[in-house]
Amino acid sequence: MRYLPLTSSDRTAMLKKIGAGSVNDLFRDVPAAVQLKGNIHGLPNHQSEIEVERFISALAEKNIHAGSCPSFLGAGAYHHHIPASVDQLLLRGEFLTSYTPYQPEVSQGTLQYLFEFQTQVALLTGMEIANASMYDGATAAAEAVQMANRITRRRRAVISGNLHPHYLEVIQTMADLTGFELQVAVPCPRTDENFTVDETTSCVVVQNPDFFGRLHDFSALAETCQKHGTLLIVAVTEIISLGLLKSPGEMGADIVVAEGQSLGNGLNFGGPYVGLFACKEKYVRQMPGRVCGETVDADGRRGFVLTLSTREQHIRREKATSNICTNSGLCALAFTMHLSLLGEKGLTDLAELNHAMACNLSDASAKIPGCKVLNDNFFNEFVLELPKSAAAVVDELAKLPILAGVPVSRFYPDNAALKNLLLVAATELTTEEDIKIFAAELRKVCA
Amino acid sequence: MPQLRYTKDHEWARLDGNTAICGISAYAQDALGDVVYVELPDVGRTVKAGEQIAIVESSKVASDVYAPMDGEITSVNDVLSSNPALVNEAPTGQGWFFKIKFSDTAQHGALMDEKSYIDYTKGLHE
Repeated sequence: MRYLPLTSSDRTAMLKKIGAGSVNDLFRDVPAAVQLKGNIHGLPNHQSEIEVERFISALAEKNIHAGSCPSFLGAGAYHHHIPASVDQLLLRGEFLTSYTPYQPEVSQGTLQYLFEFQTQVALLTGMEIANASMYDGATAAAEAVQMANRITRRRRAVISGNLHPHYLEVIQTMADLTGFELQVAVPCPRTDENFTVDETTSCVVVQNPDFFGRLHDFSALAETCQKHGTLLIVAVTEIISLGLLKSPGEMGADIVVAEGQSLGNGLNFGGPYVGLFACKEKYVRQMPGRVCGETVDADGRRGFVLTLSTREQHIRREKATSNICTNSGLCALAFTMHLSLLGEKGLTDLAELNHAMACNLSDASAKIPGCKVLNDNFFNEFVLELPKSAAAVVDELAKLPILAGVPVSRFYPDNAALKNLLLVAATELTTEEDIKIFAAELRKVCA
Repeated sequence: MPQLRYTKDHEWARLDGNTAICGISAYAQDALGDVVYVELPDVGRTVKAGEQIAIVESSKVASDVYAPMDGEITSVNDVLSSNPALVNEAPTGQGWFFKIKFSDTAQHGALMDEKSYIDYTKGLHE
């Protein structure tokens, strides 16, 4: 499918056909008082390509980006290596305009990669079925809570204090606007949480590794939930962790939501990302979003179709399962390409490498006087307790520049107990040299 | 066989003692096409006439099913979860949806009889 823009003669022909003199004529029904005259306020007039490039480059150089210096940023967005082949393949025209056509079966290639994406997500999360992707991990989490409310016909969700605060914010927005109740625990970077579940609880939302990098086995919680007819929702913000860790499905999760950015997708200033959504098959009719199915055509040949779309917005209108009527197609494709290139062993190797680098980072940090690693365990991210304000330390090290991690206070500005906590992550892109520089400079700042 | 009566939303109800056996009409199943899934209400639920309590899904569309009478759901046709095609094969027989224990027979009397319903569906085509 090619993108072919209109030429000026196309435009002239179209205007002539409908009897309009110019494009501006098409707007004559808009009252003059609300029509824009001249420049948009605050925006300069047009400039040449060279001038624009110069201007934007100067703006971009004000940023310290993760690839330009030692970076230990994480907290839900991770700096990983993306094979050059992923970006090159994404540029193919039939992929780059990856909008699902309204007669989707025409695009067998699009449906096939979405089917493969779903298969990968189901295998990674250990679940029976996955959809064709959501906007990001946070919106997937909010959709999961609403799905649990529909299934259980209950309106109260219990949220772990160690769920990513951005995910909580999106769930909170949904709760406020659609009217369900949240019981939110306090952040627990040092101890395990206890959850109170009863016959009014629709779901419990937890994260693994949690926001503070701590690892959990939620099997016992899954059993407790099951006893009360409550669904267990497990969120994963670092999908590469599933190359090593027990999957949420193995723990007995009912719904798994995840951020897929780590595979195939750059940090991109926070988006676009790709939400993963998987569940037990018995809940499939309450699952939001679209699903591609594999079938055979009249001649018995393998083919793909969009399935279960009778529950979607364009058919069910206001009674649709969810108001999501699309997916993150291109980001999902990048995810699938990257994971296909890695393969099962490649993913495990990558996960091991991430964990090994994080262990090196932890060992080096623990030797710094006044610094303490809070976690008993972690995958590629953990919390350092510093002898002073983490935000001040991060600002100080950014001058060098070192992106020293994310101060926890950024998410909990009013919680004094979290003020000195620094969330640090390592990936396969972290080098021994990066860790050496980080440890040496952190030692100086903390002295 | 006790008389079947119909709603404008194409449900039917047949009285059996103090319960009404309910489903969707032959006309409705024909309009839907192949039924692939039926979502039934919980047993014990108290329902009001006209309240949406079930969903019938075909390969084309998912439609709401409404309670034809006030009352309490006493049983649902679980066979439909493994064999939804019964709705197409025997819409007013084995393809029934749920049973309602009702208190007001007058509500049944107020529904359309077979002839009125057939006239009503003919009107929908014009």
